[in-house]
Amino acid sequence: MRTSALLATGLTLAALSATAGCGLFGEDQPADLQVYSARHYGSEEVFKQFTKETGITVDFLGGDNSELLERIKAEGEDSPADVYMTVDAGNLWNAADQGLLQPIDSPTLDKAVPQQYRDSQDRWFGLVLRARTVLYNPDNVKESDLDPQDTYAGLADPKWKGRICMRDTSEAYTVSLVASLIDLYGRDKALDIVKGWVANDVDVMANDVLLIDAVDAGTCDVALVNHYYLARELEERPDLDVKLYWASQEGAGTHVNISGAGVVKTSDNKEQAQELIEWLATKGQDDMIAGNHEFPVNPSVQPDEVARSFGTFKPMPIDAEAYGALNAEAVDLLAEAGYK
Amino acid sequence: MTQSVAPPVPPVAPEPTARSRRPSRGRPGWSVSVLLIALAVVGPVAAVLVDVANGELPDWPRNLGDMVVTTLLLMAGVGIGTLVLGCGLAWLVTACTFPLRNVMVWLLVLPLAMPAYILGFVFLSIFDAAGPVQQWLRSALGDFVEFSVATLPGCVIVMSLTLYPYVYLLARAAFAEQAPSTYDAARTLGAGRGRAFFRVLLPLARPSIAAGLALVMMEVLTDFATVQYFGVQTVSVGVYTVWKGSYDFGSAVQLAALVMLFAVAVLAGERLMRGRARFTQQGGHGRGLQPVRLSVGRGLLALLACLLALAGSFVVPVLQLVWWAVDHARGDGPPALDSGFAQAFSNSISIAVITSLTCVVLALVIGHAIRLGGGRWLRAAAQLTTFGYAVPGAVIGIGTLLLFDYLDRALEALGVPGGTGLLVTGSVVGILYAFVVRFVGPASQAVDASYQKVPVTLTQSALSLGAGPLRVLGRVHAPLVRSGVAVALVLVAIDAIKELPVVLMLRPFGFNTVSVWVYQLAKENLWGLAALPALVIVALAVVPVFILFRQVRTADTATRQRRSRGSL
Repeated sequence: MRTSALLATGLTLAALSATAGCGLFGEDQPADLQVYSARHYGSEEVFKQFTKETGITVDFLGGDNSELLERIKAEGEDSPADVYMTVDAGNLWNAADQGLLQPIDSPTLDKAVPQQYRDSQDRWFGLVLRARTVLYNPDNVKESDLDPQDTYAGLADPKWKGRICMRDTSEAYTVSLVASLIDLYGRDKALDIVKGWVANDVDVMANDVLLIDAVDAGTCDVALVNHYYLARELEERPDLDVKLYWASQEGAGTHVNISGAGVVKTSDNKEQAQELIEWLATKGQDDMIAGNHEFPVNPSVQPDEVARSFGTFKPMPIDAEAYGALNAEAVDLLAEAGYK
Repeated sequence: MTQSVAPPVPPVAPEPTARSRRPSRGRPGWSVSVLLIALAVVGPVAAVLVDVANGELPDWPRNLGDMVVTTLLLMAGVGIGTLVLGCGLAWLVTACTFPLRNVMVWLLVLPLAMPAYILGFVFLSIFDAAGPVQQWLRSALGDFVEFSVATLPGCVIVMSLTLYPYVYLLARAAFAEQAPSTYDAARTLGAGRGRAFFRVLLPLARPSIAAGLALVMMEVLTDFATVQYFGVQTVSVGVYTVWKGSYDFGSAVQLAALVMLFAVAVLAGERLMRGRARFTQQGGHGRGLQPVRLSVGRGLLALLACLLALAGSFVVPVLQLVWWAVDHARGDGPPALDSGFAQAFSNSISIAVITSLTCVVLALVIGHAIRLGGGRWLRAAAQLTTFGYAVPGAVIGIGTLLLFDYLDRALEALGVPGGTGLLVTGSVVGILYAFVVRFVGPASQAVDASYQKVPVTLTQSALSLGAGPLRVLGRVHAPLVRSGVAVALVLVAIDAIKELPVVLMLRPFGFNTVSVWVYQLAKENLWGLAALPALVIVALAVVPVFILFRQVRTADTATRQRRSRGSL
């Protein structure tokens, strides 16, 4: 009978899943440190290297920043998290602001991480830097067309109508750039700038690689991208028809953002958690930037070859507190300007 | 309209009312079970709402109006798209014979295995201004060819292509199960094929089509990845923008509540579409729908239509993924699959199997309880159980965290040391619970659609002959709603394999699934590395589709055998 066949299939599947399920519920020996990380790229190799050098084992859980944050909050006292790692200064500020991180007193970190890349109360420390700058197609754009003083604001000029491409409004890169513009120029001027982009029919794309492709194909003349996406693409396709331009070098500097880490308040292994962050900011810097071409925060460490090939540049100073506090305003401003 | 088709249908069974006898009062045990399921489903959402209600009520974002309009437009577009594709193709393969039809019947379900966010990405890389198609057009026609496809229409196309199988599956099942006697009767009474289809079959299949369409709408409402690719700002995108950009969980939940309101409207709309009609099948199968043999030209056109739908939704993206995977394998990058991936693979399978079996059992309990009777509140409770599907995964994830947090504190207050401990994120319990909350809805929709076709008189006869409810379920209902059960198993299994936010939020340390794996690579734009694992997801989701196909085919064969026996 077909019913019994169906039943049999069901039972077999149930039995199968029960055996497989044992693995699901079984507890492995937990590692010394539990890291919650919103930073995915290459994290596993970095922690492996740390374990090799120090003998301290690390489990890491990847996820999106906001989800991980809510999770730490909901887990409360029971949370196994020792270290919280994330991208974007605003996110770091927010985690500290919500009382999830504890201050660390570490001369090593004070020395390794410049003041502007760490929390004023030492609850988090920046580890690597990313720059969001201009990429242009040299066939359609001369370097002198770009405004060396206020490059981001300059893209609101009508001469760029139909020629600029950027990321969507739900992307943190866009939000934190606009937050930094609010911080720099005040809300009114920042609103005018974003309205200018919209008036120029800014083509909004879903990821940085699409932006790079569009500039390469000449369908966009100018785009805003993170430098490391370009570095990664150039490694694969060295003949891309694109050029990087360091924005606002005669003005406030190029917009940069940090990835960083802090010790979770409920951690029951604070010493080793601190040791991990110290290692990441010193010996581990090369491992952090390996493969992802970011800039190390530690001034005594050199960027990798591809990142170096872009030349040195003046970064816009980071004010994490301002970024964090202004993020909500940036979201609101983008909506008001009709930015998609 | 539906009443006018009543004559061909043998007497439609009356809706059980408080006055009718035995089955009307329901069975307390079954009814209470439904209530418990409803409570479990509502739990996480309630927890979130309570949490937010404790804070101040935030302002609505200023572009709320735009977001609502965009959401409505997207729903309308995808609704029409999936209706045309789903019903049209279902009719084509049921009512006509053309070359390769038997293969097409099940190939057309395959797009279900393609996650929309993968299709969306592939679509953009092929068709957008910088993609190969427009580059070629530019070289052929001139530089003026340059337009963006990351638009609302582009999004409607991609979502319609990935979601039409929901309508197709349920419509086809309805055509195949219901068509025989009524369609024949209509034809005998002189209706042309088209008229018999539009006036008899389509209205009869309405409950099934409505159920399929409701599933599509829920998917559209909760999607946040595909719409973001296309720059389509729906309310769900707003939830994420506000949450991630403003760190404002309260505002995000407020928007999520709006999404749920939309979902309630969809469910209400579905009930409205079903109307009061309960079309049940009476007596034996008729001669069956005699498929029309199409002329060579028309047959090829029909085949072309199927192939086009299939190419756009499945073949092209698979080829693109294969291309990326091969390209990556030729380079000297790290291998795309390793032991970590193998573990993620087995995790995905285990979770999908456990979730789909659990959901189907619960769906049967719900369907059966309703059939046994019971008042309005039972129906309301049953309706609530479909609600979870309409809630964005991330909200269910947070709700589950909060719920277990409350439980933890309650247990500790009662003197249980440690409370629940880290039950929810320390094991897969949290994920399984959230999955059931989210997916009991589609399971219930599919099983319910089949239940609609089981005559109430049959249940009444079985009960009055002295069979207990459990026996009626096992011996009478289960075999009759078999096709619904199969559809439910497949839908839930595939959804469970593809589901992302819930797993990201609730997974224990070191616990990966294939979709998390692909997501983390795709997020970093490492499509070379992501391509092969993405193909594995597709292949994994094809397996349940295969099982479904076998089930559908055996049902067809059974009908055919019955037919031939009847003609002897």
